[in-house]
Formats: sequence, C-alpha cells, structure tokens
Amino acid sequence: MDGTLFRSVNKFFIIAFCLDIKSYKSFMHRPDSFFLATKMAAPLTLLLIVAVTIRAVLFRSSLAELISARVEVVSPLNAWKRVVEGLALLDLGVSPYSGDVFHETPLMIYLFHFTVDYAEIVFIVTDGITALALYLSIQTYNKDVFRKQKYALESDRYSADCLELLRSPKEMFYIPLKVAMFYLLNPFTILSCVAKSTCGLNNAIIALFIFCTLKGSALLSGILLALATYQSIYPLTLFAPALLFFLQRLYIPVNLRRSSFWFFTLQYAFMYVGSLVVITGLSFFLLGSWDFIPSVYGFIFSVPDLTPNIGLFWYFFAEMFEHFRLFFSCVFQINVFFYTIPLSIKLKEHPVFLIFMQIAIISIFKSYPTVGDVALYMAFLPAWSHLYRFLRNIFLVSCVLLACSALFPVLWHLWIYAGSANSNFYYAITLLFNFGQILLVADYFYAYLRREHHLTHGLYLKKKDGTEATLVLK
Amino acid sequence: MGLLSDPNRRKALTGLLTRLNTPICIVCYLAGIVWFMGLAFEPFTLRTYMSENAMGSTMVEERFSSGERALSLAKEFDAHKRKAGGMPVEWLVKAMQSRGLEVFTQSFSRKLPFPDENKERYMVRGTNVYGILRAPRAPRTEALVITAPCSPGNTNNQAVALLLALAQYFRNQIYWAKDIIFLVNEHDLIGTQAWLEGYHHTNITGMEYSPLQGRAGSIQAALSLELSSDVITSLDLVLEGLNGQLPNLDLANLFYAFCQKLGVLCTIQGKLQRNDWDTAEGYTHAAQTMMLMVLKQACGRSWGDHGLFLRYHIEAASVRGINSFRHYKTDATTIGRLLEGMVRKLNNLLERLHQSYFFYLLPSLSRFVSIGYYMPAFGLLAVILLLRVSFPGLCHCFSVSLQPSSPGVLTVLTPVVISHLTGVALYLLPVHLQEMAVEHFPVSETEAVVLTAIAIYTAGLALPHNTQRLLSGEGTEQGWKVLKLTALLYLAVLLGCTALINFSLGFILAVTLVPITASITPHMPKALYAVVMVLLSPAFTILYCVFIYQELIEAPVSVSEGWMLFLSVISQGILDHALYGSLVYPLLALFIYPCWLMFWNILFWN
Repeated sequence: MDGTLFRSVNKFFIIAFCLDIKSYKSFMHRPDSFFLATKMAAPLTLLLIVAVTIRAVLFRSSLAELISARVEVVSPLNAWKRVVEGLALLDLGVSPYSGDVFHETPLMIYLFHFTVDYAEIVFIVTDGITALALYLSIQTYNKDVFRKQKYALESDRYSADCLELLRSPKEMFYIPLKVAMFYLLNPFTILSCVAKSTCGLNNAIIALFIFCTLKGSALLSGILLALATYQSIYPLTLFAPALLFFLQRLYIPVNLRRSSFWFFTLQYAFMYVGSLVVITGLSFFLLGSWDFIPSVYGFIFSVPDLTPNIGLFWYFFAEMFEHFRLFFSCVFQINVFFYTIPLSIKLKEHPVFLIFMQIAIISIFKSYPTVGDVALYMAFLPAWSHLYRFLRNIFLVSCVLLACSALFPVLWHLWIYAGSANSNFYYAITLLFNFGQILLVADYFYAYLRREHHLTHGLYLKKKDGTEATLVLK
Repeated sequence: MGLLSDPNRRKALTGLLTRLNTPICIVCYLAGIVWFMGLAFEPFTLRTYMSENAMGSTMVEERFSSGERALSLAKEFDAHKRKAGGMPVEWLVKAMQSRGLEVFTQSFSRKLPFPDENKERYMVRGTNVYGILRAPRAPRTEALVITAPCSPGNTNNQAVALLLALAQYFRNQIYWAKDIIFLVNEHDLIGTQAWLEGYHHTNITGMEYSPLQGRAGSIQAALSLELSSDVITSLDLVLEGLNGQLPNLDLANLFYAFCQKLGVLCTIQGKLQRNDWDTAEGYTHAAQTMMLMVLKQACGRSWGDHGLFLRYHIEAASVRGINSFRHYKTDATTIGRLLEGMVRKLNNLLERLHQSYFFYLLPSLSRFVSIGYYMPAFGLLAVILLLRVSFPGLCHCFSVSLQPSSPGVLTVLTPVVISHLTGVALYLLPVHLQEMAVEHFPVSETEAVVLTAIAIYTAGLALPHNTQRLLSGEGTEQGWKVLKLTALLYLAVLLGCTALINFSLGFILAVTLVPITASITPHMPKALYAVVMVLLSPAFTILYCVFIYQELIEAPVSVSEGWMLFLSVISQGILDHALYGSLVYPLLALFIYPCWLMFWNILFWN
C-alpha cells in the first residue's frame, strides 16, 4: 500500500522534472540563443584574459628560469632547452637527433623552426586552444548526457527512487566553464606553460581530438589521434574509447559477429593508421632520415634517461641490474597499455568517461610524466562533479596531492643542494604522489559505476534480509 | 587498502576519530612533548660511531711539534695587525710564501642594507688571503680547507699563527693526496661568503668581489679554527650552519675521536659531557645541551665560519678554543696535533663524507639522536592538525565548498589574500622604509628597521575588523569553517616542509602554534583568546627563545635586557637574510605570520 503511494508520488515528481527539462530544452533551442552565448562568452573571455595575464607576468619575471629547470615540470622529452638545442643543430645542418639531447618529433621541430621567436605566444595560445576545446567538448558531452537521461526517463529505465541522482540543467550549466577554469588556472598548467614544456602542445592535440570525437567527425578524430600518437605513443590507447563513442553514436552494437561493427572499426582504424603513416612519412621527407624513430620512440620505450621526475620509472631503472632492464621495461610499458582492455569492457557504454580514465592512466604510468600531463586529466574533474556524493577518499587524496606538490621542491633541495637527503626521500614523495593519483582515479571509477548501478537498481538498496546494503567494488 | 575501501570499517574509524577527537589531540600533543624531552635520555639515544671506513681503521701518528713557534708567530702577527690597523695582508702573503704555499688574495666589498650595530659595520671592505699547498701524491682534483678568521682586537691571533705553523709543517710532508687551502678571511662571515662565491663562480647575495686567481679542486671538507689564548682548557665544536644545516656526523665523530686520543677536553654547546645519565642532574644536563642545539639550529644563522661552507656541499665545522678556570690546560702543540690528525684523516677520504647521518641532534658529543627518533615528536604534533582537519564539521565543509552554489570561496579568499599581503609588507617594508623612518623619528637606521617590522606585525592584528568591512555580506558559519580548514591544511604543509629542512624550527613553531590553531573558533571568549593567541604568536615565540637561550647558557637576563636582545635578534635575522641568504626571516614573514593571521581572522569572525 505504502509502496504504491510512494511510487505514484515519485512518478509525479519525475513528470514534473521532465516538464522542467522540456522548458529547459525549449530554452536551449530558442532561435535567439545568442542571449545564452553571450551569457557564457563573457566569463570565458574573462577567464582567458586572467590566464593569459598570469602567464605573461610569469614569463617576464625571474621565476620563469627557475621553473623551466624544475624536473617536475619538464622532462627530457619536452624540455624547451632541448628544443633550442635541436633547432641549433638543425640550423647547422646536423641531424638534430645526433647527440642524444633532442627527443621531439620532426613536425615539432619544424613548428618551432618558424615560431621560435614567438615561442611564448605559441605556448599561451596553445593553452587557450586546449581550454577552449575542452570547454566545447564538455558542453557537447553535457547536452548528450542530458538527452540520454531524458530518453531513459521517458522509457522508464531508471529506478523510481533515484530522482536525486538525476542531473539538472542548472548544475550542468557552469560545468564547461569550470573545466576550462580547471585547466587554465591549474598551477600545474601554468608552471608547464611558463617552463615552455612542449607537453602543453601534446595536451592541445589530445583536447582537440576529444573535441572532434565528441562532435562526431570520425576523420578529424582519426587524424588528431594519429597526431597525438605520433607525438608521444601513449595516446594510442585512446583508440578504443573513440571507437566505442562512434559506434554508440551511430547506433552500431558492439557485437563481434555483426558486419556493421567490423565495417566501421576497419574504417576508423584505416583513417587512424593511414594518417599515422602519412605523418610519419612526412617526417621522413622533412628530415631525410629515420633517425627520429629510435630517438623519439626508442627513447620513450627503453627509458635511457633516468633524470628524476614525478613518475615511477627512474628510480627502479637506476637501481636495477642491467640484465633485467629489458624485462622490466616491458613490464612497465605493458602496464600503461594493459588497462585499456578491462576498462573498455567495463565502460563500453560510457566512452567519454573511458577517455578520462585512459588519459589519467597514461599520465600516471608513462615513462616521462610531468605535471602538465596531470593537469590535463584534472581538468575533467568538474565534469564528474555529480559523482561527488559517491567519492570516498577525495578529501584524503586532495590533502596527499597538495602536500606532495609542496614537498617535491623541498626534498629536491635537501637532496641536490643541501646534500643531506638522498634520492630515496624524493622517490618516497613520488610514490606517494602517484599513490594519491591512483586513489583519485580509482575513486572516480568506483563512484561512476556506483551511480550507474543506483540509477538502475534504486538508491536505497536492501539486502535480502531487509537491512541496508553496502556496495563494494571487487 | 582494506581500511580505505571497506565502508564498515571506514565508518568505525571515522566514528572513533570523531568521538575522541579532542582527547586524542591532547594526548598527541603531550606525547609529542614527552617524546621530545625523552630524546635527551641516554638509554634512548645511540652511541656515535665512525661510519666512514677511510677514516676509521688507520690511526695516524701526529708529529706536529712547533706549538711554541706558533705562539711567537701569534705575537708577531698581533704586532703587524696593530700596525696595519686591520688585516696585515702583505705580511701574511709574505709569511705564507716563505712557507712554500701558492698565495693569492681576494678583495671584496659589501654595503649592508642597514648598519649592523652588534658588529659595528656598514660599508665593509676587506681582503682574504689564502695559500694553496699542492698535493704531491694525487692529481689535485680535491681539496681541504682550513680557515681562521682575522678578527679585530687581539682575538684569534693564535688561530692564524697556528694555521701558519701547520702550513709550514704540512709543506714538509709527502702524504698529501688533496690540496690544502689555508684561508685567512677578514670580516668573518662576509669574507668567507665572498671567498666561497668567488671559488664557485656564483653570486647569490649581491656581493662585490674580485675573482680568485688560484683555485684547487673541489673542496671535500673544511675546518674553521678560532683560538684566542696561548693555552686552552677545552675545545668546543660548533656544527650549526646556515638554515639549520648540519655537517655529516662523521666530522663530529672524527673530532671526538681525536680529542679522546690526545686527552683534550671537548665540549659541544660549551657543555662538558657527564657520565651520570641515571641521575636527575645528568639528564637535565643532556637535555640542556640538546635544547641549546635545537635553539641554535632553529634560528637558522651560521654559528661560525663553517656554516657557509655547508651550502656548497662541503662538510665543515668550527673548532673553538676555550680558556676557563680549570687546572688542566692544553698547549698549542696538542691542538696542532689534533688538527693535523683530523686533516690527515680527511686526506684519506676516497669520496665525500656521506656514510653517516646528516639529520641529528646531539645531547652530548658521544651520543646522538637520528632523524628516525626525533621525527615522531614532530609527527605527533603535526597529526593534531590533520585530526582537526578531519573533524566532521570541517570535512562536511569541504564537501560543501566543492558544491557549485557555495558562497565560501570568495569569503575565504579575501582574508587569505590580505594576510599574505601583510606578510609581503612585513618582508619588504622594513628595509625599504628605513630612510623615511629615520627622517621622521629620532631613531637610528637599525632601530628604524626593527621597529618598522614590529609596527607592521602589530598593525596586522587590526586586520580582521577591516577585512570584514571589505566583504559584502556577514561572515557565515560555513565561511569560518572553510577558512579554518584551509588554514589548518596550510599550516600542516608549511610546518612539515619546515621540519624537513630545519627540524628545530619546525618543532618550535609546532609547539607554540599547534595548540591554539587546533582549538580556535569564533565562539570563544574573544578577549581571553586574543591574549592567548598573541602570547603564542611567532614574535613571542622568538622572545621566549631569547630568554630560554640566555637561561641555558647560564647568562640570564632581565626583562629590559631581554627586550634589547630580542630587537637585535630581529635585526640580525634580517641581516642574515640579506647577507648570506638565510631563509628564516622570509619564512616567518611570508608564510608563518600570514598563516597565523588567518587563525586570528577566525577568532574575530562575525
């Protein structure tokens, strides 16, 4: 008796909610949506101005030199000093890859060959583009999410008591702006930009890839993914979420026995591999040699440079006996790629969240991570702000990440300048930092799955004996 | 991980922490203090031992015998010093050359930001003289330094003379594998700083100096010698360097080993070692010695010429001769032998001193407390801050502050920014405004600087009332909780970083700041808590340290003398920052004080 009453009341609320949604939709599709655009454009412009000002001021201050020497901010792969060295070698007519200093890709060196005098502007603009791409992607994604939620509500697929889990247009309105803000005003991004780390450019390519994917352009998405892979190999794992996204968008079921699935997969793979071949071939013709393959990709895979950074590789490989090196570099590198398979299976309905997970995993486990990589996936956190109620360790994790960020320079000082500490101290903080990151990602993963579970099974779960149940991720 | 992922156990844990929050905090605080005091208790400490193999097994035989000649040299040096009215550069150059060293000089000048009243100097101009004894047995890639400051008056003559006598003796030996540099520096630390910057081609403090003409290899270790009388009763070892940095413990072990071997009384912090650790007096003595070390380390200044070497990765210590009223006297020959032995052992080094500890406290020369033993004392204090952060009300605030519609961010940002601006003012204004202050008030430059600093510090206390006016709305309950959360986290990170670099400073600040910051809310009796907060503020902490230090070195001072000392400590702190790059003043002004102001803001939240 009570149950039916409860259900009917709930039904009423859901209908009311849908009405609200409809009014919102009509608002969104009003012909004069110019009004809306200006409403969001003003804060976005303001944000861009603030971000550019901060960067410009820092570029002019004496801090820039200090920052560009920090191992947390630049790695051997993307240090500006090395780019300059490569350019000098190129100007002298020597292969920039001779001498084991330069590890950028040929396209990158030609980009800076023409823009080296405006490098600071290039980096600032790149950050702006990244933020804009993220902004537009999340806006598209939110519309998409909202549409799906509406259909699910109308077809009664959600459990009755999960009304409070539904997302409202009001709370989603500012999320794209917050994403842009998280990227542009994140100290990690600012540091990375001021150090002129080319990591910012890689981030821009990935952000544009996400944007094109979410906009549904398979060709552009394939090209940008190829470009991102060409830059740093690891974005290869983003192939799976992008493919899943397109399949979902085109209503092609993920079924290995269906020809439509294989047709599209091959089509997308062809676009991706084709552009990768074209880009690599172009690089060959630019430099006239294959030097860059061992110097860039060999360098990424075999990890010969053991300069300390915020990653997990350097200490292990510095401590290890030489004859285990091949084995362990395989193990460590497989670690980055391996998670793609289980995550793609688990999250095949949610490719955008999968993209986030993949970017985070790459930035944690890649061979030369910098804080710029961390900044990219952290920018997505506001997009998952509706998961907040299911996060368990967010407070602990934020404390750990904050404390680690402060301790990195302190322990570096004690180790390198004061000589009183040693590499173990620094590595301990590196470990803690990565532990924090892993905990963060795992927490979001758990929260995402849990919300989905509640949406279908109801918010207040009961065990068979009627007591309150708890969900455990296993 | 089970604890973090199992919801039931998590609930139990947070429940426990919430219910027993205050008692746990009090217990932690007391445990931290007791742990710290317990560090001086001998059974809890480790006996020092030589870790470095190259210096351990081979005892050398000391043959230095020209102590008497050194004393006559001292008289000659004294006469020339008087005649030259400062450092007798020419005489020194000649004396070193005649002993077969390669001699070079370096001139330097430095204008202090404001006059140093303790040492009566403002425009400093001087010359360093150094001679290099080239190693006959090795490729001259490494060097050792023996330095003696040339001080005004008739102090330290014996040190310079002994240095020359040692140079003469060392010149005739064939076993040197490292170059030995004999340095006589003028104007104590400023001279050392100029020489070190010249040697390493750096300029971090804006000193003007002429480049060094002669160099040796990379310096492995340095000894600074201070000796003002013909005979001494004991030798004191000084270890505390710039920013609380300490040399490798093996250097102290080496000194102790040779004192034992030659039967010289040795002290640390001017305190002899006692053997009756099981009596109350014995424990008090050890505790006093350790407390002195903590206080000296915390103030972050260099307590001898050796302190500046440490920044360049050079292990260094000062050896100071003390002549008191004891019967048992040691002559110059024995001191010479002691130094000879130490230098020969250092000469045997195959790599830099790195085997032993860099983080330690010494309750006596033969006992030490390593980082693993003293860090828990700090950890127990720091964990209180984290416990208060995890206090449920505050935790809830964190969640609220993440929600989109929270009013918190701006209301919190204002006090944070204003506190830090006050901190920047405290850091910049005193030195920059001295001329204006001198024009308008009848004070000297030094007083002007110190009094401006105190004035800005006090003016900061008026801030909460004004920041409230700047804010549009009323301060909410949410607001202060978010501010407190921010401030607690900030303080915890700040103290943690400080304690890693300079344990003593971090610990002293934690002892005074933690209790009040952990318990502060706006709902307390304002007047009472305002007084308590001010009494536990960073400036008062310095004042207490001055009194405790005077008490410990057995030279207690009256309140007015203590106040004068306090003023001079502040001026010295600012000078140390400007001259040598000591970090205590900027740390206090730019970080600790603003952080404390944030808590002050919470108290006056309305």
